[in-house]
Amino acid sequence: MCAGLDLPTSGHVCLNGIALDEIGEDERARVRNQLVGFVFQSFQLIPTLTALENVTVPMELRGDRTARQQGLELLERVGLAERVSHLPTQLSGGEQQRVALARAFINKPLVLFADEPTGNLDAETSRSVIDIMLELNSDSGTTLVLVTHDPEVACLTEKTIRLRNGEMVQDGA
Amino acid sequence: MAPSFILKMAWRDSRTSRMRLLLFSLSITVGVAALVAIGSFRQSLSQSIDDQARTLVGADLIIESTRPFTTIEEGFLGSIGGAQAREVRLSTMAVFLGRGTRLVHLRALSGDFPFYGKMETEPAEAVQDLRQGGRAVPDETLLFQFGAAPGGNVSLGGRDFEIAGALRKVPGDASASASFAPRVYIALQDLPLDLLRPGSVAHYRAYVKFREGTDVAQKIAALTPQIRRLGLEFETVDKRKKDLGASVENLYRFLNLVGFISLLLGAVGIASAIQAHLQQKVRTGAILRCLGTSTSGIAFIYFIQASAISLAGALFGGLVGIGLQRIFPSILRTFLPLTIRNVIAWWPIVTGVLIGCGICLLFAVPPLLRFRRVSPLLMLRSADARVETQSFARDPLLFAAYALIAASITAFAIYRSETWLQGLVFAVALGVAVAIFAGVARLLIVSLRRWFPLSWSFALRQGLANLYRPNNRTLLLIVSLGLGTFLLLTIHLTRGVVMTQFRSIGRNNQPNIFLFDIQSDQKDAVAALVASLGFPVVQKAPIVTMRLSEIKGRKSSDILADPQRKIPEWELEREYRSTYREQIVETEKVAAGKWIGRVDYHSGDVVPISLDREIAKDLGVNVGDELVFDVQGIPIRTRIASLRSVDWKRFQTNFFVVFPAGVLEAAPTFHVLVSRAKTPADSARLQNAIVSKFPNVSALDLAAVIQTVDSILSKVALVIRVMSLFTVAAGLIVVASAIWSGRYQRVEESVLLRTLGASRRQIWQILGAEYFLLGFLASLTGTGLAVAASWALVTFVFKLSYAPTFLPLLIATASATTLTVLIGVLTSRGVSSQPPLEVLRAEVG
Repeated sequence: MCAGLDLPTSGHVCLNGIALDEIGEDERARVRNQLVGFVFQSFQLIPTLTALENVTVPMELRGDRTARQQGLELLERVGLAERVSHLPTQLSGGEQQRVALARAFINKPLVLFADEPTGNLDAETSRSVIDIMLELNSDSGTTLVLVTHDPEVACLTEKTIRLRNGEMVQDGA
Repeated sequence: MAPSFILKMAWRDSRTSRMRLLLFSLSITVGVAALVAIGSFRQSLSQSIDDQARTLVGADLIIESTRPFTTIEEGFLGSIGGAQAREVRLSTMAVFLGRGTRLVHLRALSGDFPFYGKMETEPAEAVQDLRQGGRAVPDETLLFQFGAAPGGNVSLGGRDFEIAGALRKVPGDASASASFAPRVYIALQDLPLDLLRPGSVAHYRAYVKFREGTDVAQKIAALTPQIRRLGLEFETVDKRKKDLGASVENLYRFLNLVGFISLLLGAVGIASAIQAHLQQKVRTGAILRCLGTSTSGIAFIYFIQASAISLAGALFGGLVGIGLQRIFPSILRTFLPLTIRNVIAWWPIVTGVLIGCGICLLFAVPPLLRFRRVSPLLMLRSADARVETQSFARDPLLFAAYALIAASITAFAIYRSETWLQGLVFAVALGVAVAIFAGVARLLIVSLRRWFPLSWSFALRQGLANLYRPNNRTLLLIVSLGLGTFLLLTIHLTRGVVMTQFRSIGRNNQPNIFLFDIQSDQKDAVAALVASLGFPVVQKAPIVTMRLSEIKGRKSSDILADPQRKIPEWELEREYRSTYREQIVETEKVAAGKWIGRVDYHSGDVVPISLDREIAKDLGVNVGDELVFDVQGIPIRTRIASLRSVDWKRFQTNFFVVFPAGVLEAAPTFHVLVSRAKTPADSARLQNAIVSKFPNVSALDLAAVIQTVDSILSKVALVIRVMSLFTVAAGLIVVASAIWSGRYQRVEESVLLRTLGASRRQIWQILGAEYFLLGFLASLTGTGLAVAASWALVTFVFKLSYAPTFLPLLIATASATTLTVLIGVLTSRGVSSQPPLEVLRAEVG
């Protein structure tokens, strides 16, 4: 809801001063494109696009001609310089998630929403994905909202909010 | 959003499905090919008519009379000048000694006709030979029928002629016109006078070729009033061109509408393929939405893909159509009095491709509109992602899209029809047919859910359940398969029923031989000869030819010139062959008024006559109204005393107009005699005996009529069948692409089933059961509708009683079902052998 994917049944959601429940669907799409980044548990790459094409989608949507260059740089940073032309089905889970990370950061979002980013990965791959994510996060100064069941991953964040059955049970630093 | 992104995304996204999309595009290929082929054929035909206009008539002007030209008329003809030729046309018997007899259309010719074009004969010099006298040139088919050849003999009107050659083509004649009575040409000076006795039905023609440099149109305009004043008929190049042009236009309209059905089926196929394609793209759509693509952007990406496949299919269809246009001249050859050159006409190709593309895109709009509503929230759900159906109330654009589709189809039908009402009827009928098939499909889905046969085997239950599970193709397959079966079977059944009725006419001791052109002084001798040979004289009737000159005080020529008239031209211009008698006969009943059998006639009296009820309706007259007939130059004023309902199906002498006895006895008369021969050999024996003793008498055997009707119906049926095949081919491609578009889902299901322990055999059984049920139900619905449609055609158009044969129904249902199973199984090849891991991985990705 905070990312403008859904609407509240009551109350308001504001993101960077924009009331998301008061604007149209296409306006919310623009907000998502310009202010928000996403990382999902099941990667959500477009299966028909190569790794590079997947990464550049948010910039190409804006018509930015530097998309390819920035995409290549980001893929290099996540360690996939050799895999830019591969389709998602030709990549491992960890590689797919790294492509998703590159895509999430390419539009330099104000907020990055990561929904169980390591839920589908083994422990070793999880560690490297989290490292890359935090590194990119600190470099770009993005606010990271991370949803996880993994206490070890949760410990790496500056603030943790614990939820149970949809209710907030702990709000701590 | 950047337009370049939309284009790039449309291209990139098609990466893994281009081959499949191209296969889908084939759905409209057949429809566009049909439109292009028909349009190109029409263009070739129109161009051929223009090029060969003068050879359509063979002269600049033809003047015709049903009696020899009078001195005044000859004077008029002489004043026209130019080159002239004369011809007398009549029906008579040709006798091939020892081989048999047949009614022929004799043409006795003098002069250099045809002035334009040429008569084609084998050998070519036969045309010149016949003018020298003593020679005849019969139709090639006639020689073939009797095994005769040039050099042999044929007897006409009691005179022997040497066969100079075989006739192949005469300018202006379609070869189908010769199928009823084959043509035989002789020289005019050889015409046996015995055939031209008073009352004989002969047509006298003068062919005129104006001098070089004459303005033909102006000259004809100047001559027309005189020709009309003399009561002569005439034909010109322009008139023939116009008539032929109108026939071509009607034929084009009909073929075009049938072709349009194929295109519509293809468009439905494309729409369904797009829907299936979009169903697989829901997750991609959700990702794009999540990353900031607008609703219109999403729709445009896939609109571009839909445009590309429509254009590819339509362009391919255009190419196929160019090749196919060559088939029309060959199947329509016998109906057309000219040679058709094949030309590549760009306009029909461009319009065919554009119409094809346009209609496909229109049909693709509803699924695209639904797709634009794909929710980005689907990204967070791992369950099967689907686009929800929107109601019209929630999405007015969707309603507008459907309204636009309906309006476009109706507009096209009206544009291609002769009248807007016909177009509207076509569009509504098509809508009703589609609605019935769609209704059956819906009923099937609802019934299956409600009364699911739980006791059936696992494979059958799975196959059955596939008919109503999400992403099923039930509706599409039932509409396309059903419509194809319906069209083909309707034509087949109608022709079958009509022919069965015709064949039954001569059975059960009903008469089957007509002897006509019997002179008054021969009628008793002919009847005696028939009786002495052991054949019954079923009916005898005198016939007097006449023309209708006035209806309710208004001259026929005035009515003809009236653009508002409702009376068909042929009823005003035709030669009425009327009879006179005291009694009503068994094939007719008085429907209104009073039958008057005899009158004491004095010149100038108003004669009480009886009229056939149907023609009275056409002429807009009733009991008590007055008609004036021109009986070979003498006007006879009549009043309608009674209307009769006549059973025209009986092979007997039936008449539109019956005079009472006591009026026409002195008029030039010929007689007909109706008899019955039990076998073809008896019929030949009777005909030979009559013709050898009375050469001017002609005989018509019912078998020959049936053969002619059958051959004409077969040719018409062939044209319609070819068009229906387009529909069937389009339907089959739609079926194949529909099954293909559901293939991925089938693969997923079969992988899951195999993971859970199903054998390959069981998977094939499930697929087989699904396609069998689909094919069976679609063809059953098509068959049912075809029975209803052929019943309506036979009952209301042909006005015959309906009794269908069941074998074609069984064959149609069985073959359509088998074909569906075959296509289904062939298209599903590999479904059971896909590696599970690949599918499961794709599922996750």
